Amino acid sequence: MTSQAMSGFWSLWISVITLGVIAFCWWLLYANRKTDKVPAANGEVETTGHAADGIEEYDNPLPRWWFIMFVITIVFGLVYLALYPGLGNYKGLLGWTSTGQWQDEMARAEERYAPIFQQYAQIDIRTLASDPAAMQVADRLYQNNCAVCHGSSARGAYGFPNLTDGNWLYGGDPEVIRDSIIFGRNGLMPAWVDMLGERGVDTMTHYVLGLSGLEHDAAKAEEAAPMYQAICSACHGVDGQGSAAMGLDSIGAPNLTANSWMYVQPGQSVYDSVAFTLRHGRNGLMPAQARYLDYGVELPNNLRSLSAQEKAELLPKVHLVTAYIYSLNQGK
Amino acid sequence: MTEKIPTKDVTPVDAGQHRKSPTTGGPQGELYAKRRHIYVKRVQGLFQKLRTGSNWVLMLAFFFGSFIPWGGRQAIFFDLPNRQFHIFSVTFFPHDFMLLAWLLIILAFVLFFVTNFAGRVWCGYTCPQFVWTWLYIWVEDKTEGSPNQRKKLDKQPLNTEKALRKGAKHFIWVLIALATAIAFLGYFSPILDLIPRILSFDLGPWELFWLGFFTFFTYLFAGWMREQVCIYMCPYARFQAVMFDKDTLIVSYDTARGEPRGARKKSDDPAAKGLGSCIDCDLCVQVCPVGIDIRNGLQYECVTCAACIDACDQVMDKMGYPRGLIRYTTEEELAGRTTKILRPRLIGYFIVLLAMLVAFSVALSNRIPVELEVLRDRNQLLRMTSDGMVENSYLIRIANMDQREHSYTLTLHGVDGVELQGAAVYTLAGGEVRQFPIQVIGNPAQLPGSPAVNIEIRLQSQQDPRIAASRESRFFIRSAR
Repeated sequence: MTSQAMSGFWSLWISVITLGVIAFCWWLLYANRKTDKVPAANGEVETTGHAADGIEEYDNPLPRWWFIMFVITIVFGLVYLALYPGLGNYKGLLGWTSTGQWQDEMARAEERYAPIFQQYAQIDIRTLASDPAAMQVADRLYQNNCAVCHGSSARGAYGFPNLTDGNWLYGGDPEVIRDSIIFGRNGLMPAWVDMLGERGVDTMTHYVLGLSGLEHDAAKAEEAAPMYQAICSACHGVDGQGSAAMGLDSIGAPNLTANSWMYVQPGQSVYDSVAFTLRHGRNGLMPAQARYLDYGVELPNNLRSLSAQEKAELLPKVHLVTAYIYSLNQGK
Repeated sequence: MTEKIPTKDVTPVDAGQHRKSPTTGGPQGELYAKRRHIYVKRVQGLFQKLRTGSNWVLMLAFFFGSFIPWGGRQAIFFDLPNRQFHIFSVTFFPHDFMLLAWLLIILAFVLFFVTNFAGRVWCGYTCPQFVWTWLYIWVEDKTEGSPNQRKKLDKQPLNTEKALRKGAKHFIWVLIALATAIAFLGYFSPILDLIPRILSFDLGPWELFWLGFFTFFTYLFAGWMREQVCIYMCPYARFQAVMFDKDTLIVSYDTARGEPRGARKKSDDPAAKGLGSCIDCDLCVQVCPVGIDIRNGLQYECVTCAACIDACDQVMDKMGYPRGLIRYTTEEELAGRTTKILRPRLIGYFIVLLAMLVAFSVALSNRIPVELEVLRDRNQLLRMTSDGMVENSYLIRIANMDQREHSYTLTLHGVDGVELQGAAVYTLAGGEVRQFPIQVIGNPAQLPGSPAVNIEIRLQSQQDPRIAASRESRFFIRSAR
C-alpha cells in the first residue's frame, strides 16, 4: 500500500523514537545493575537518602530473574521489530501485512468450503430450491448480502422490490434471476409530465389504479386510455402486464395489474405515489452482486454467454442465492 | 492524624549478610531465600489413610470421568468449538455463564466455611497440587528409596545405578504427567476418539499444544516445584489467614506438654529429668512435605496434611506416652480454654452458603433451555403493503439449549390488531441455533395513533410447555414526521 506510506521524515522520526526508547531502557537497566553504596566495616549500609514518614530505602539492585526478564522483553522487542513492520516504512523480514493475513484466512476458508459450494453448483436450481440444508446455507448468504435492502424476509421496502410475491420486474425464470444477481439491473421510468400535462398525469393515474382494480374515477381512466396505449403500452404492455409478461427480460417495466407498489411510502396513498412516478419518473438500481457474493472470482468477458452450468460452477454462491430467491416464490 | 505512626524495626537479623555488595567482592545481596531440597519421608497412620483414600477417589474421578457414556456421547464433554458444555443430561451454553459465576461463588463460600471450621483441609487432602505431589513422592520412594538413600544418591557421582534409578523416576513421572494431560484433554476432545489418535500421532496443533502444556506443567509442578507452588504461587495459601480464628482447627504442637524437649531412654521418667513429652526425634520435620518444623508454631507454609501427627503418634506409642503431642487442635484449646465450635462467623458463613445453594438449585431447576432473540430489520422501520397494511420485519433467533428436539409455537401479544406472518411452528434439533425472518402486519387505521407500539413475541415448546421464552420489540405503525 504505497499510497498509505509515510514520508521519509516521519518514517525516520518513528524509527528513531522507537529504537531510541529501547536503547534508553537498555541503558537504564544496566546503569542500575549494581549498587554504588558500599557497606561500612560494621555492616551498616548507606540508604538512598529518600525518607518518607521515617521509612528509608536501600539501594538494592533488581533481583537477577527480574533483570533477565527485562532483558528478554528488550530482545523480544528487537526481534519483533526486525521481523514485523514496526519501524516507519520498513516492511519486516517476514513481509507480513494485515491484508496478507486476511487473504490467507480467506484462502483457507475457500479451501474448506469450496467443495460444499461446488457440490451445490452441480444441482439444478429448481431441485436445489427444495433442499432444506442448501437453503439454510443460502439463507445466511441472503441475510449477509441481500437483506440490508430487500429485508430479512425478502419482502422488500420502499424502492426495493418484494422478492416473495411471484411478481417479477424482469422475470422469475431461474436463469433470469441468476442474471439479475450477477449483472444487477437498472430500471428507468422516464418523467411524463411534459408529455401528459397536469391533467394527463391525473387521468393516467386513475387509469393505472383501475388496472390494479383499485378505487378510481372511471371517466378519467377512460380519458387516459388512448394515451396509455400510445405511450405506456410499449413497456408495460397493452393490458398493463409489464415487460416480463411480454417476454422482455431487460426492461423491468412493472406489472400494473398486480396491485404491487414498490414506491408507496408509509402514510402515502397509492394515487399520490403513482402520480409522483408519472410526473418525475423513477430510477431503480440493483448493483451487480457477483463480485461480492463470490468474492475473488475473476469474471470472464464472455460471462453473459456462458451456459447455466458454467455460470453455476464459476459463481456457486450466486447459484445458491438464486435458488433461495426462486424457492421464496414457490406456490405463488 | 497529626501524629506519626510509631515505627518498628523489622530489619532481618541476618541483614548484614544480605547487604554484602558485589562491588566489595562479597556474595551479591540476595533478598530471596535459597530453596532447600526437601527429602520427604513417607509415614503411615490414620490421617495418611484418610488422605490416600481421598486421593484415590479424586484421581479415579479425574482419570475416568470422561469415559462415562451418556446417550451416545461422553457424559462430561466441554465442546469448545461449538460452545456447548455437556454435563450428563444438561447442556450449558455461553448464555449460562451466569450459573458458572454463581457456582464459583458458592465454591468460594464452601472454602470459607470449611477453612474457618477446619483449616486448610482443601490443601491437605484434596488439592491436585498435593494429590499429584504425594503420587510423585511415592514414585520417588519406590525408585530411589528412602530419604536417606535419596540424599546419598544425590551426593554420588553419576554411575549406572544412579542413572537407572533417576531415569526410572523421571520416566514414570513423565508417564504420569502424560496420562494426566490425556485425561484432561479427554474432557474437551472425546476421549475414546482421542486415545487412538494419540497412538497414531494424529493430533491437531492445539491438542498437541495442550497435551505438551499439561504434561510439562504436571511434571514440573509435582516433580520439581512441589511446596514452592503452595508457598510462592498459590493465592489461597496466602489469604487463608483471613478465614482463621482462634477456634479454627489447626495442626499444632502442644508446647506446654512437649517442652522442654530432649532425648531420653524409654525407661527414663521425663518428669525426673525435667523434660517434656517431645523426645526431639525430628521425625515430624522429616515427614513434612513443606519442610517446616511444626514445633515452631502455626506457619503459613503448613498445608495441614497431618503427616507430622501420624509420625508423632507412632513415636508416642513407642515411648508409651499418650498420643496427641502434635494434633488437630485450636488456639483456644492450646491456651487452656474451650473451643467454641458454633461461633457467629461460622454460622454466618453457613447461612450465606445455604442461601446461595438454595438460590443456585432454584436457578438450575428453573433454567429454561431455550433462548429467543428478536432483531428488528435495520434498513426500514416499516413497509406498506399493496392493500394499505403496515408491515414490520424481524429476524428471530432461536437457540434450543435442550438435548431433545423441540417444536416451538410462536405467538404475538401486546397489541390488538396486529398479527404474525410466517410459520407459526419452528422445529429445532437438540442444541441447534437458527434464525428465521418473520413479519408482523397490522392495519394502521385500527391501531393507536402513536408512531409505534410495543409488542411481545412469545415462544413455547409443544413438547414441554414450561420451556418458553419471550421478547419485547417495537412495531412501527407510521413514520413520525
